[in-house]
Amino acid sequence: MSTARFDPTRSRSEPPASPVLDRRRFLGEAAAGACAAAPFLLGVVRLPAAFGQQPDGAYDASEHYYGMGVDPRRCIGCARCVAACKTENDVPAEPHFFNTWIERYVITEDDAVQVDSPNGGLDGFPPLTQANVERTFFVPKLCNHCDNPPCVQVCPVGATFMTEDGVVLVDDEYCIGCRYCIQACPYGARYLHPETHVAAKCTFCYHRLVRGQVPACVEVCPTGARIFGEVRGRATPLARFMRFNQIQVLKPHLNTAPKVLYANLDGEVR
Amino acid sequence: MRVGGSDYDKYELSFTIASQCAGSTSVHIRALMPRYSGSRFRGGDGPRMPQQVPRLVFVFAVALLAMVIARWYLVPDTFGDIGHYRAAAVDSIAARPMKYAGHQQCTLCHSPIQEARLASNHKGVRCEVCHGPAAAHIAAPMEVKPSIPRGRDQCILCHAFNPSRPTGFPQIDPVVHNPLTPCKDCHDPHAPEPPVVPESCAACHGEIARQKLVSHHASLECEVCHAAPVTHKSNPRSARPSKPTDRSFCGACHAIGDPRAAIPQIDLQTHGQPYTCWQCHYPHHPEAP
Repeated sequence: MSTARFDPTRSRSEPPASPVLDRRRFLGEAAAGACAAAPFLLGVVRLPAAFGQQPDGAYDASEHYYGMGVDPRRCIGCARCVAACKTENDVPAEPHFFNTWIERYVITEDDAVQVDSPNGGLDGFPPLTQANVERTFFVPKLCNHCDNPPCVQVCPVGATFMTEDGVVLVDDEYCIGCRYCIQACPYGARYLHPETHVAAKCTFCYHRLVRGQVPACVEVCPTGARIFGEVRGRATPLARFMRFNQIQVLKPHLNTAPKVLYANLDGEVR
Repeated sequence: MRVGGSDYDKYELSFTIASQCAGSTSVHIRALMPRYSGSRFRGGDGPRMPQQVPRLVFVFAVALLAMVIARWYLVPDTFGDIGHYRAAAVDSIAARPMKYAGHQQCTLCHSPIQEARLASNHKGVRCEVCHGPAAAHIAAPMEVKPSIPRGRDQCILCHAFNPSRPTGFPQIDPVVHNPLTPCKDCHDPHAPEPPVVPESCAACHGEIARQKLVSHHASLECEVCHAAPVTHKSNPRSARPSKPTDRSFCGACHAIGDPRAAIPQIDLQTHGQPYTCWQCHYPHHPEAP
């Protein structure tokens, strides 16, 4: 019976200061326990890492940090990237579902900006109807894989996340399809998959990255308008692209810190 | 507080809340509450364990246990191993199949074509841009063959004229540039050459050439009426061919007195003054007499 523990008549080797719990002893034990648990609570020691995650060492995500460079001045609007992306990632063929798409900007002499992207550019672009076109060009768009992603912040279940190598992914088995992330994305890069009813987006072709390949859109771009590599660390084509170009990002005022970097970007591009 | 020796006594707790802001409303709450007398803790002279503590500890322990059980069932495996997400999701995404194999794979078997391509203007155009995804072909080279575009559709995706394309990118108007002729008849897609100086005027002026071909002027070469400078063929806009400037040029054939009777003839002095010939007649397709 536990009442005996609190029986003051019980004989002890040392005189009990208090029958309940000595305050000094309690504080001491609590502090010791906190110190022991602190490394795990603070995430300094990761249990999976401590027990060895990848014995073969085939692909170590912590060694990479990916980004993509886009040079709109090289884009010819052939939309091979859009077609390749749809094939590679099983994106629904019908319009409005795109991981990447091509926008055509038409700026007329009265400074009016018109942007169109019929079927993401897959069916080509209709002839220009505007008179007095001042300049016109194509801009490839995709998920910007923000370093500070609003979509990840708003996910209520932790189904979208940024991997250790900097790629923003969607866990399609865990996503509940609430569409918060689609609302939160300032670049319109997400959509609700019509069959799985979960959020879907560009993955930087993560399944290709872990096998040492570049994303499908980069593989098929015939003019080299898309440059893939790592935003820091090792020397990749992207490092060269960043060194020789003045880098801009889309919507910098939102502080999303995109890892899709644009060069030679027209001031009207949003 | 304590009544009798039993652990559980029924106490009647009643109190009145007088709500001033709601006027004279008073709420009377009566509740039957079991009370734990805690007689075990009150013997002797030592300090007593407060009565409510064991019950609170019990409630908290039950809540904690319920939370642990709920987490056990609700939080998926591997959640939080790396970050605030399922670590297994990364593996399942990484395990998706590839459809585009990458140009390095193509080189293993098709190296001569690759070398030619890498030396040409199409060095940036990887195999799968035109031939489509080839991972299935690499897995089963004999059973699955990638597509070979033989028409014009694939080429004009990039090379059809579009004003939004960057300046200097080679473009043609597919309607007038040798329609119905497959591009590969003249251009090797694995080693396309920059445009060469065309042999005939029809290479660029196809519409005029085809019109002239069915007209009465079919037998006349372009050079009969136009003198093209040599540089016009290599740099068309820098030097333009000449055009006839006066009536006497047409009159060389069509004036009265020419011995070739089949040629329609007019009196240059009276016919259609004061206009020049091509203001009424289209020389590439003159109307029948």
